Amino acid sequence: MTRKQRRLLMIGGAGVVLVVAVGLVLNAMRGSIVFFSTPKMVSEQQIGAGTRFRLGGVVEPGSLHRGDQLAVSFKVSDGAATVPVAFKGILPDLFREGQGVIAEGALDTAGVFKADTVLAKHDETYMPKEVADALKKQGHWKDDYEKKPPGAPGASADAAGPSR
Amino acid sequence: MIAEAGHYALVLALALALIQSTVPILGARLNDGGLMNVARSTALAQFAFVAASFGALVYLNVTSDFSVLNVYENSHSAKPLLYKITGVWGNHEGSMLLWVAILALFGGLVAAFGNNLPLSLRAHVLAVQAWVASAFYLFILITSNPFLRIPNPPIEGRDLNPVLQDIGLAVHPPLLYLGYVGFSISFSFAAAALLEGRLDAAWARWVRPWTLMAWIFLTLGIAMGSYWAYYELGWGGWWFWDPVENASLMPWLAGTALLHSALVMEKRNALKVWTILLAILTFSLSLLGTFLVRSGVLTSVHTFATDPSRGVFILVILCVFIGGSLALFAWRASALKQGGLFAPISREGALVLNNLFLTTACATVFVGTLYPLALEVVTGDKISVGAPFFNLTFGPLFVPLMLAMPFGPLLAWKRGDIVGAAQRLIAAGVVALLTVALVWAWTTGGPVLAPLAIGLAVFVIAGALADIAERIGLFRNPLSISARRARGLPRSAWGTMFAHAGVGMALIGIVCETTWNSEHIAAMKEGDTARIAGYELKFEGAMQRQGPNFRELETRFSISEGGQPVGVMTPSKRSFATRGTSTTEAALLTRGFSQLYVSLGEIDAAGAVTVRIYHKPMVLLIWFGPLLMAFGGLLSLSDRRLRVGAPKPAKPQRTLQPAE
Repeated sequence: MTRKQRRLLMIGGAGVVLVVAVGLVLNAMRGSIVFFSTPKMVSEQQIGAGTRFRLGGVVEPGSLHRGDQLAVSFKVSDGAATVPVAFKGILPDLFREGQGVIAEGALDTAGVFKADTVLAKHDETYMPKEVADALKKQGHWKDDYEKKPPGAPGASADAAGPSR
Repeated sequence: MIAEAGHYALVLALALALIQSTVPILGARLNDGGLMNVARSTALAQFAFVAASFGALVYLNVTSDFSVLNVYENSHSAKPLLYKITGVWGNHEGSMLLWVAILALFGGLVAAFGNNLPLSLRAHVLAVQAWVASAFYLFILITSNPFLRIPNPPIEGRDLNPVLQDIGLAVHPPLLYLGYVGFSISFSFAAAALLEGRLDAAWARWVRPWTLMAWIFLTLGIAMGSYWAYYELGWGGWWFWDPVENASLMPWLAGTALLHSALVMEKRNALKVWTILLAILTFSLSLLGTFLVRSGVLTSVHTFATDPSRGVFILVILCVFIGGSLALFAWRASALKQGGLFAPISREGALVLNNLFLTTACATVFVGTLYPLALEVVTGDKISVGAPFFNLTFGPLFVPLMLAMPFGPLLAWKRGDIVGAAQRLIAAGVVALLTVALVWAWTTGGPVLAPLAIGLAVFVIAGALADIAERIGLFRNPLSISARRARGLPRSAWGTMFAHAGVGMALIGIVCETTWNSEHIAAMKEGDTARIAGYELKFEGAMQRQGPNFRELETRFSISEGGQPVGVMTPSKRSFATRGTSTTEAALLTRGFSQLYVSLGEIDAAGAVTVRIYHKPMVLLIWFGPLLMAFGGLLSLSDRRLRVGAPKPAKPQRTLQPAE
């Protein structure tokens, strides 16, 4: 084989692998991407039952109820709308009423969000970014969240995050 | 005083880096040995000053000097000494200082041990190294100075995030950074080769040990991070396809490809342009990782910093270095001479295939990590690309790679014999098929893919062993001759075996854990028992304990298997008063390669504790595999040919050099 043929073979091989990879990526993109919604978006967009998405907002104070066998129900709110959520399992350490939360799952036919994962990340000054953005957009973002603690001038590692 | 001294040392390091980035290049242009040698002394001095600066920050943390903002925000006087030290890099400013300190360390190492490098190559390498260093010194001094003072010092600090108060923080970030930043050496070598317009097999021989070293550290760092997440986060996951994890996986994939292509370049003087490109890409991905983690563009467990000015600064650094090096590549790569010829079926061909799959896999991870960010910027839609995406793309690309893996070492350079290689792998194939049949029979009705995947892993391991058996003529020669030949094999051959077997090992762990992992969640009271995977866990009781800077509710579970006691597990919940947070400390019980995992949830009003119990079969193999890979890398690094250094052109080539 000449140098040219070998090169063509190599480029051809690489092309095949790349095409396969692009095919895999496009296929995976179609099926396994999860969109993020707030309760307001849920009420406006009429998301069908069974479609997986991530629901983000604040756990409505007073809405948390624990049932038998680790069943938990609570409501997620963004100020404009609320969505009831049902979950079975252990809630994360930082799950609290009045705090940001992201739940992943799907709505059932009764309009209850059946979550199989609930995230409240491991930091007390943490609100999931998507939730914070959504709240900011609707004007529910309290400015004093961003105020730095007294005695901490200059750049602070976590002052920009919403705090307690 | 110490804080100011540390700050000043950092400024001096920047000044030295600026000298180091210009004078040696000038020297190389003028062919002035004295000017070129400036690089050596500045690199060593620069390291000394950064080390002093880093030492100052460690001292400030250890002595709990809360007049320094960084210490105030991330430390507490009651924190144990270990976490006072590790807390230095448990925050943005300190970890960036660690980053540049390691960068300077590598520069210093090249300066100290690069005596056999041609003078102008060393000058160029150290100059490029200093460009990167200067950018990051500026970044730290302008946006993330760890030595800022507070006018009215508080009495007590705000403490380190409790999740980070763990031995994992002592090990994981330094190892990861040694890996990330270690690739800067291959990057500098690549840029130097492009600047000089000269590139030969000796170049690859100099680059390979540095790349290998960085790769070993990165492998260990990723594995350690994964194990840390596994036991600390309390739900037994060991890889989340989190963007921060992907940020470390991408340089690893590219670095693995680089290791293999540098081999082709060293042995056969081929694939030069590609190797250079990979060296640039690998470090670019390390920079990208630094950007993703440090700029706050993602929000995840690992991100402690969210300040847009920093993000923009790192983005500029990223664009300048990646754009600049790629532009240099486009401009100069055509000047590099063509490499040697080889047939598609040959060792080189196999390594090209390896590179093809590794870089493609890396590209899919890249797409999955950055597509959500790009989409958010362009359309404002928020999506999350999680594990299913990566399983569907990364997985299928790794299957052919692993199938081909045992063939590579068995093919000869230049022109290989695929039929011969296949014949020599028959035994490995039979073992693999038997394993598939056995596992399938044992788990009838279970998942179909799992036995096949285990068979593939066994094929990789057996194939790695078959290569060695073939080389030493096991079973064909008397055992004594085989043993002698085994001793005579180059260490890199053993390294290949261990590293390849490690991949198979990790795959077995991954498949077993994800397929046969069992979980049991229950609300338990004192005296209750739970059963999982043949084990019985009895809740013996709970007690309050006072730790150095936390209160702890420690529970005791006695474990028995078939009536025989096998151990006690004490998972606990810690609450840290200073930050008002609690952490879950999972308990682990190791049985062979499998583990029982117990972590606690909430405690309800009636006094029952929610307990999450997992049985994770073969889970330790997931990290044992990477350890084996790193060990293989270490063996390869100690190979004679790398220790001896590159052969000088004047000497005749050694004729009895083995093929690997």
